[in-house]
Amino acid sequence: MSDMNTQAVARYRNNFLKEVEERVEDGHWVRMCMQCGVCAGSCPLGPHWEHSPQKIFMMIRAGKREEVLTSDAMWMCTSCYNCIVRCPRKLPITHIMHGLAHYSHRLGLAPKGQPTREIAKLFWDSLVKTGRVNELKFSLAMYFKDGFGQGIKNAMAMQGVGLGLVKAGRLNPMEILGGHACKDKGGIQKMIAKAQEIENRKKGLTA
Amino acid sequence: MAKKQYAFYPGCSSQKKASADNFLRSIDKVCEKLDVQLNEIPDWNCCGASIGYGEGGELPRLVLSARNLALAEQNMPGQDMVSVCPACWLASRETAERMHESQSLLAEANEALKEAGLNLKGEVKARHFVEVLIEDLGWDAMKAPVVKPLEGLKVAGYVGCQTNRPFGIAGESFENPKYLDKMVETMGAEPLTRYEQKVTCCGGALAFSEPEKAQKQIRDIVESAYDHGADMIVTPCQLCQANVEIYQSEINKKQGTKLNLPVVYYSQLMTVAYGGSAKEAGLDGQLIKAEKLEGIASK
Ligand code: SF4
Ligand code: SF4
Repeated sequence: MSDMNTQAVARYRNNFLKEVEERVEDGHWVRMCMQCGVCAGSCPLGPHWEHSPQKIFMMIRAGKREEVLTSDAMWMCTSCYNCIVRCPRKLPITHIMHGLAHYSHRLGLAPKGQPTREIAKLFWDSLVKTGRVNELKFSLAMYFKDGFGQGIKNAMAMQGVGLGLVKAGRLNPMEILGGHACKDKGGIQKMIAKAQEIENRKKGLTA
Repeated sequence: MAKKQYAFYPGCSSQKKASADNFLRSIDKVCEKLDVQLNEIPDWNCCGASIGYGEGGELPRLVLSARNLALAEQNMPGQDMVSVCPACWLASRETAERMHESQSLLAEANEALKEAGLNLKGEVKARHFVEVLIEDLGWDAMKAPVVKPLEGLKVAGYVGCQTNRPFGIAGESFENPKYLDKMVETMGAEPLTRYEQKVTCCGGALAFSEPEKAQKQIRDIVESAYDHGADMIVTPCQLCQANVEIYQSEINKKQGTKLNLPVVYYSQLMTVAYGGSAKEAGLDGQLIKAEKLEGIASK
């Protein structure tokens, strides 16, 4: 992982804007930002953002690579799309935030143990395994992501909710033995692997 | 009139025995009453949701939706794809539009789809069930089957984010969409049109990873509904429904509040207004019982 980072640093030297434009989803839009500040007031978890989207765009142009890619700011995005519909320059801000988070994750620079990073990974792993997200396994994995002891505590704290959902027929305890899955799991896995390969090729990312 | 047919993409949370199992039951009833036939896309897969970005890159996420679209094209030619989940709809529509606009992207997606034995032409449209109701059927058709107007029921219409942005329902504003209130009214209930948390974010998937921060959002959404005198909140979104209903008891525990407001789907209101039972409306699936609505259903 950090090899990928070394390679990226060598390739782009001091041109972080170019790196973002070539490698981050919708990164070519960053140039279009006119720093009006509208997006900065749009995020529901705004006070918890270390840097607002507006500031992140400014930092990218100022070449603050390390500061941007190691920040947990982008991981505060709830995908509410407030910013997208308000931006006077029509920047796909949500996608850029997702793209930056993903890129920092792939380079191994995203903060370790960042909770949204963790659940995003668990979610994707669950998806790739069966083609569908198995909600019970996903919830269990969530509870146990901080280790066994904490997992029991988390599960106990949410026990009422879990039992309530089981009783209401909205969480199926049988899922643990299998449950929701696509028939063509194999095909889906090969398809995803191929898509990843194409994307790596296009963006010059070596795994 | 012939039944309207659609390629149906239920999505992970609306499968049988998943967290929105009850939602689907009410959708079935609404379709029966309105002469709509939803044909489930065979072997559909997860859309990647909003949170898929962390691990999944751009193309891997797009091909997930491309596979569903390809299956729809192949198995239900000529039918629009319809989702009941905003996140599924968003992912599918974004993919459908991008594939339609860019031949090179479509070619890349097809290179990956080949591994799963599929090919996408890029012609199928991805739509939301609410669009089917409003655009294909219309308000009069929606009103026609009402046999039990939901009189005296005060409802806060909570639209949330992704049914509303970035695409939204045609002709509605992002800041103050009105269709949900109009649906409530069409079913004979009273919409609380001044409810100001209509399009506030519930925290989405971050309710799991950043519980404290998301619960602050949820508390505002529920308290404002109480302030307007709501008997219940109604929403078109599975994640909104789950977050806003499930975490009320958590917030009470931590903050000493007494939140206990039912959160139902528009299709549950419709089912009851159309004369369906509480069970057909999926009201047995509520964690916070929607007693007033159950009362009307059993009248
Ligand atoms: S709203 Fe758009 S133009 Fe304004 S600061 Fe944000 S990204 Fe830049
Ligand atoms: S989509 Fe993300 S970046 Fe945009 S306003 Fe919402 S939280 Fe902020």
